[in-house]
Amino acid sequence: MNEVLIAGLYVFVLAAFLGYQVISRVPPLLHTPLMSATNAISGISLIGSLVTAGAKYNTTSTILGVVAVTAATINVVGGFIITDRMLKMFKREAKPAAAEKK
Amino acid sequence: MSAQNLLIELSYFTASILFVLGLRGLSHPETARRGMFMAEFGMLLAVIGTLLHRDIVSYEWIIVGLLAGSTIGVAMGLWVPMTAMPQRTALSHAFGGLAAALVGVSEFLRHGEHLGTFKVTALGFEVLLGGITFTGSLIAFAKLQELVKGTPITYKGQNVLNGLLFASAVVIFVALVLNPGHTALFYAMCALALLFGVLLVLPIGAADMPVVIALLNSYAGLASAATGFALGNNVLIIAGTLDGGSGFILSILMCKAMNRSITNVLFGAFGSATATVETGEEGVMREVALDDVATQLAYARQVVFVPGYGMATAQAQNAVRELANILEHRGVQVKYAIHPVAGRMPGHMNVLLAEANVPYSQLYELEQINPEMPTTDVAVVIGANDVVNPEARDNPKSAIAGMPIIEVDKAKSVIVLKRGRGKGFSGLENPLFFKPVTGLLFGDAKTSLTRLAAAVNEL
Repeated sequence: MNEVLIAGLYVFVLAAFLGYQVISRVPPLLHTPLMSATNAISGISLIGSLVTAGAKYNTTSTILGVVAVTAATINVVGGFIITDRMLKMFKREAKPAAAEKK
Repeated sequence: MSAQNLLIELSYFTASILFVLGLRGLSHPETARRGMFMAEFGMLLAVIGTLLHRDIVSYEWIIVGLLAGSTIGVAMGLWVPMTAMPQRTALSHAFGGLAAALVGVSEFLRHGEHLGTFKVTALGFEVLLGGITFTGSLIAFAKLQELVKGTPITYKGQNVLNGLLFASAVVIFVALVLNPGHTALFYAMCALALLFGVLLVLPIGAADMPVVIALLNSYAGLASAATGFALGNNVLIIAGTLDGGSGFILSILMCKAMNRSITNVLFGAFGSATATVETGEEGVMREVALDDVATQLAYARQVVFVPGYGMATAQAQNAVRELANILEHRGVQVKYAIHPVAGRMPGHMNVLLAEANVPYSQLYELEQINPEMPTTDVAVVIGANDVVNPEARDNPKSAIAGMPIIEVDKAKSVIVLKRGRGKGFSGLENPLFFKPVTGLLFGDAKTSLTRLAAAVNEL
């Protein structure tokens, strides 16, 4: 059996359990930000595409890599910005001044 | 391990930890932003670490991709309105799927027949999941953006065709694992994945989108995790699994909130024109005058607003907030009841109301608000239908039987803001509208609410 596979499976299963614990605690209130946050985080596939885009394996690879880098970067950058924009809006009590001014 | 590799691994390791801590921050609105800063920092570290990779020989194309992506990302991040959040999310799942699939294709092209069984399997999963997510999310986006009609698109033998497609994809996948060098098989699998994604989402109605978006979220994450297996990269496995798990948990929560199974959502074509419409009790809808409603609201002790997708389409969230402000000034206790599947994605209503400056301490979940319904003077239903349909509770034969509902019919008075006399998405008659306790206020929700606010002010 492949050692990389075994190590990968350990990581996968442990991450799944950990993820279950962490994510079950997110209240329904924050489910939309949760979705855009995990989306931004899974834009980590960016690091795979960075190598593909910069390695000059062959022309096709480079083109695919550049498209992949673009797509993943949109998710990372856009996802984190939007998540923060949403999270900023959640307030326990309405700030009277801000509410009046609108 | 060279110093360079050590640095790279260290950056990935730190990033993994920061991602988990970041998501943990989301367990409370107070800590959420700080959590996200940690995750952002983790991402930055991982990207910088990767740029040290010894395979990277030229940076020009990387910079092009990063710049293009950042420009589009910043633009979308700053200017997409909150009401369009479901579409944006669907679109970003498409990008995620695409990125994973492309890396998979490129890896396959590079190594071809030299790939071992394990790596081909990982690449296969990556391309399959990535492809399905890409086209499936594009269709979901088109439906939510109303480029394609939101009702289910069905035809005879649809499930059989989809089943066959899926089965052939699996067969090709197995054949590919046995003959990794067979490029034609690989392309056939890519094509099938893309086609399957389209056909999978087409028959699903717009109101079932919360489940579909969550599920596509899960696929996009798993595609990233498969990339991690293919590249032997742990941070990809961890981040992908977190995303995949999160989407999976959300889709299960959404299904529970509708008392339906995932199979029913995916293959049931719920709410299509063919769904039988059972007209249980016919009755008269009692229309109420605006001034009467204003008086009721003004002299109530507790008012509960129940928003649905109709509030989003009417852009009525600010009007709700203004009316609520006026009521609160008069000493009325105002609460909002949020059904988990109200809207087009998980948590949709919460975000819209938060944007309209409603403090989250006033947003109540289903289980919290139902016990308070009997002591509520007025429940105002804004563009919601199925989530307040008492059939779900009372009629075991109903298509939505067993779906938990917000029991507005137990309130002392119910006001339903409604555009017309039409039925809800499920095509079901809603007996709530015929109950003696219910009054209907017809018209555009935003206009009605604004006029209500003015009327209450004059009292």
